[in-house]
Amino acid sequence: MSPSGRRPIIELRGVEKHYQMGEFTVKALQGIDLTVWEGDYISILGPSGCGKSTLLNILGCLDQPTLGEYLLEGKDVARLHDDDLSQVRGKRLGFIFQSYNLIQQLTVVENIEVPLYYQGVSEKESREIAVELAERVGLGKRLDHRPTELSGGQQQRVAIARALSNDPAVILADEATGNLDSKSGGDILSIFDQLNEDGKTLIMITHDEGMAKRTPRVIRLRDGLIEFDSNTEKGVDGGRRKGAEEKAVTA
Amino acid sequence: MDVIRQLRALSLFRLKRSVILGIKSLWMHKLRSMLTALGIVFGVASVIAMLAIGEGASYEAQEQIKNLGSQNIILQSVKPTNDATAGEEQRSLILSYGLTYRDLEQIRNTVPGVDVVVPGRRFKDYLWNVSRSVDADVLGTVPWYPQMRNRKLEQGRFFNKIEMEDRANVCVITEELAHRLFPLSSPIGKDIRLRSSYYRVIGIIESDTASAASMGGGGGMMGGGGGGGGDGTSGAGADGQTAMEMLIPLTTLVERFGEVLMKYRSGSFEAEKVDFHEVTVKIEVPEDGDPSERVVAAAAAIRHLLERNHKKLDYRMIVPIELLKRAERTKQIFNIVLGSIAAISLLVGGIGIMNIMLATVTERTREIGIRRALGAKQRDIVMQFLIETILLSGAGGLLGVAMGLAVPLLITHFADMITIIRFWAPAMAFTISVLTGVIFGIYPAFRAAGMNPVEALRHE
Repeated sequence: MSPSGRRPIIELRGVEKHYQMGEFTVKALQGIDLTVWEGDYISILGPSGCGKSTLLNILGCLDQPTLGEYLLEGKDVARLHDDDLSQVRGKRLGFIFQSYNLIQQLTVVENIEVPLYYQGVSEKESREIAVELAERVGLGKRLDHRPTELSGGQQQRVAIARALSNDPAVILADEATGNLDSKSGGDILSIFDQLNEDGKTLIMITHDEGMAKRTPRVIRLRDGLIEFDSNTEKGVDGGRRKGAEEKAVTA
Repeated sequence: MDVIRQLRALSLFRLKRSVILGIKSLWMHKLRSMLTALGIVFGVASVIAMLAIGEGASYEAQEQIKNLGSQNIILQSVKPTNDATAGEEQRSLILSYGLTYRDLEQIRNTVPGVDVVVPGRRFKDYLWNVSRSVDADVLGTVPWYPQMRNRKLEQGRFFNKIEMEDRANVCVITEELAHRLFPLSSPIGKDIRLRSSYYRVIGIIESDTASAASMGGGGGMMGGGGGGGGDGTSGAGADGQTAMEMLIPLTTLVERFGEVLMKYRSGSFEAEKVDFHEVTVKIEVPEDGDPSERVVAAAAAIRHLLERNHKKLDYRMIVPIELLKRAERTKQIFNIVLGSIAAISLLVGGIGIMNIMLATVTERTREIGIRRALGAKQRDIVMQFLIETILLSGAGGLLGVAMGLAVPLLITHFADMITIIRFWAPAMAFTISVLTGVIFGIYPAFRAAGMNPVEALRHE
């Protein structure tokens, strides 16, 4: 069923997300059908307000769709209790943010350990994992530094190590290189390439066309719909986009 | 069973790490954390210190009252105030007032359960040791006075019955008086001159702090007796002068000075006729019985009797057991007041903590979002913030306990006041401080946990 016999990790079926803004109902996502296969390396592109962030929040189980189905590794996560959503995030998902989002009062190692802490991994074991990951992203000598003592590129590498610590099924990156200079950004992307080669599934949100060229699969969003998916080369017909004019901007 | 054990181990392990995390977060804002905890520090410290001072004061008062003897009723003659004596006696040369032989006879004969009556006459005069002189109280009394009034002999002995019958010139003096008259040597065996006779010192007795204090503090509270009674000139020692006191046999005093006491003061002289300046009545109480009932009943009888015999308020009654009850009641009120102050100060401290925790939650919205994204459940966030408030208030509580223990020590050291720290006072204050942390931490913690992770992550 998959292009190369791989199993699906994420299956979205007719996912819609509505926001109530006073009297208006804003439809940020208007029916997304998407299958992400194991080992996929995807860029999601689109202009501001196209629903990228909303889609990422839903993929990341930070938010739940108003309508539609979301299967993560075959498990329906569209209607889960808050605790179970936390569990899914902590166990199966890795997040990388544009502004790194490290916890300031913790050291490099401790930041990498945070997801393990919430999974109840023992102190010794989580320390071992964290040290190993820090070395892997080239921060083996900065284990006890605080985020403020690191450069942006280094901070983002800590964030990558943190995203990897719980061995997630999918890594979600939101403009991961947006705050970095081109050299540091390039370093980060090389790490992503390496991760994908090692078999990790990555989904990146970006507005950088150059970055999109690196990834085998590209998805373009427009007005809450998938406009283009390099896997299927299937666009959306103009008729369905008509009702989208009233949609407000959702960053 | 195994699962439960694993869960417990897990939660303990997480608790330890949560505590470490909490300390780190609080350490990030050292000054703010310290200022926040300060409210609790002072609350707890003041509660402990006030309780210690209160306990000490009431202990002191109760000890003094107990020293008067719980079975005793103490009667004192009080020189009537001028307006009370206006009339016939004002023109008389000799001022006659106070407790009389007749009162004593009637008390002994009519009041049930009267065991011993200890009479005493008292006046003020100069005592001499060669050229040294001290203005002191002279008290004529009976040999069993010390045990009746719980006054201990420091050195030597008290005079005995034979000396009493012989009207011997012997005396027992207080330690303070001994120091003043005999600063260099032991006074035992030495002679003290009073007017024209000499008295041999045979013992040193502790000073009568109890009755001085009760007269100063408790005198006004006496029912029936002397609300606003005497001005203390009769030498009853209301001004605490009882520290300087010489005790001689009552018979000796009557023989040397007669029934009328002459007082020479600043050029003029006054003559007083007072049979007894003070009388201690001991009430018999059965071994297993409650002393208060008998004593209170006897006190009522004596009060009634004296009211009938005396037209003027020239006497005063001290019933130690009534004082004791009053002191206990006072202590209760004191404790209620203290409790309210404690509650208010901890409430204020708690509000301070809540205020700062709400600010912290807002400030750390981003961190909350990150943690939620990385798998923290709502209860993990609640725990995190609750642990921080408990740490804050607990640390404040500990510091407060340390300070609360130190302050009474300093007060005892510098102000020479008795302070008593009961073990439950610091324990209670600390527990309440931690509870304050829990109560005032709950709302901010739930507010933190209830945040939408998406919005929290977007927070700048």
